[in-house]
Amino acid sequence: MAIKQISVFVENRMGTLVEITKTLAAADVDIRALSLADTTDFGILRLIVNDPERAIKAVKDAGFTANVTEVIGVLIEDKPGGFSRAIESITNAGISVEYAYAFITPNIGDAYVIVRVEDNEKAEAALKKAGVKVVEQSEIISI
Amino acid sequence: MFFNKEIECMSRKEIDSLQLERLKWTVDYCYKNVPFYTKRLDECGITAEKIKSLSDIQYIPPTTKDDLRDNYPFGLFAQPVKNIARIHASSGTTGKPTVVGYTKTDLENWAECVARIVVAAGATPDDIVQICFGYGMFTGALGLHYGLEKLGATVVPNSSGNSEKSLMFMRDFGTTGIVATPSYALYLAELAQELPFPMSDYKITLGLLGSEGCTPEMRNEIEKAWGLFATDNYGMSELMGPGVSGECRERNGLHFCEDFFIPEIVDSETLEVKDKGEVGELLVTTLCKEGIPLLRYRTRDITRLNYDSCKCGRTGVRMDKVIGRSDDMLKIRGVNVFPGQIESVIVADSRVGGNYQLVVRREGYADTLEVKVELVDATLLEKFSELERLQKELFHRIHTVLGIKCKVTICAPKTLTRFEGKAKRILDLRNEDN
Repeated sequence: MAIKQISVFVENRMGTLVEITKTLAAADVDIRALSLADTTDFGILRLIVNDPERAIKAVKDAGFTANVTEVIGVLIEDKPGGFSRAIESITNAGISVEYAYAFITPNIGDAYVIVRVEDNEKAEAALKKAGVKVVEQSEIISI
Repeated sequence: MFFNKEIECMSRKEIDSLQLERLKWTVDYCYKNVPFYTKRLDECGITAEKIKSLSDIQYIPPTTKDDLRDNYPFGLFAQPVKNIARIHASSGTTGKPTVVGYTKTDLENWAECVARIVVAAGATPDDIVQICFGYGMFTGALGLHYGLEKLGATVVPNSSGNSEKSLMFMRDFGTTGIVATPSYALYLAELAQELPFPMSDYKITLGLLGSEGCTPEMRNEIEKAWGLFATDNYGMSELMGPGVSGECRERNGLHFCEDFFIPEIVDSETLEVKDKGEVGELLVTTLCKEGIPLLRYRTRDITRLNYDSCKCGRTGVRMDKVIGRSDDMLKIRGVNVFPGQIESVIVADSRVGGNYQLVVRREGYADTLEVKVELVDATLLEKFSELERLQKELFHRIHTVLGIKCKVTICAPKTLTRFEGKAKRILDLRNEDN
């Protein structure tokens, strides 16, 4: 059910992001969503792409440290309180959120949130119980 | 198993008194037979009679490799060449070779030292040992050769080169032990895996590695590839050759043959003797050498001596694996830093690769050290805190080892390979901005 997310280590050096994104472009990988978190020393680039297998191979072949993680994709209403409802159901189930990032879609009124939690299955169950739509990998790819 | 249990398990008191007696003999012998030492000892006013305790050794000036070169070839020999049974020489890559000579007694003592060390490593008279060091002027091959013969093992003087034939002998003779440099042992394993013979055709269970450094990873790889147990041994031609010290099966330091050598640890700049357990340059005095006795020879190797008792029962003091050369020493904020100390922390951590770079800068009036490491464990990308923890843990471990604080920078794998090779491991930018 979960969505495959690519995490790439980003050295704190000018041009690193260019190198990574160029590598993905050369492999014809389409980026659906991304999040870049950083400290003063380094960053982690997290990506949702149309072809995770091809993306991970490309960045690894280019010598980057990268990893695939399973995260949850949630479809929410693009209006006040939409995200809150989703997060609340996960929190009420006793699951803490490591990080999350959102992106909107061409469908007016919809937004996606990528959520990283310790226990995907438990979180998905909690979301579904609260009537929140959990999206599949195929759905993300076809955006 | 011991080769000479009585000597190898002597009490510290017995070792001290034997060393004192032999030190006095050596000082007197040097004074009487080597003009270089007659002059040196006269200059500092040391005589055998003045030596009352082992700690008096600190008043003798150290001998250096330059002293050997300046007296090339036989100037430091204590015996006329007529009494010299064999001559060996170093490769001389950094200048004139250093030449050493052995009397018959020296050769016997050398074999005794090596025999003890190979038994400590697990060799028995039943072993068939193939020596894959190059023979010639180098002390490694012949040193191990005579020591193993003295033990009663079967020696195959294979030498290095013609690797396929070496492997054929290993299979056909049922060779049980191998003497090689770590890199050659690894190369042979790789070659063996390519040949159309199963690895079960090889019966090697003992690896006596030496003559170059070996990281724990490399040792693991060699052990896994051959299914052997590897130990490290230490020596240098100036002192004798292999057999000066060696690991027992505990592999927690290399036991010295203390009836033949006195090891000391000094500060490589001030040459002052360091406290027990401290890291510094290893100085070694030979105690029974007739051909070329040396007083407080500066090995330039940085290590530590451990006088704690060893589970194996041997009482000979243990030296840590050499962590660097005093020539590579960096002085940062007044503290002596050896790249090897930092390397030992880095190679022990599987989250980072073996490649690293040290950058020393001067900010204001203070020196700063940056340690760059390469991230290899991609699972750390799951959580930011994991990367931060790695950074903190490396910082603390390096702080513990060096006593100074450094900045740990995590880099992507490819970035440091540009600095491959030893020299580029250190980037000292302190004088660039001046």
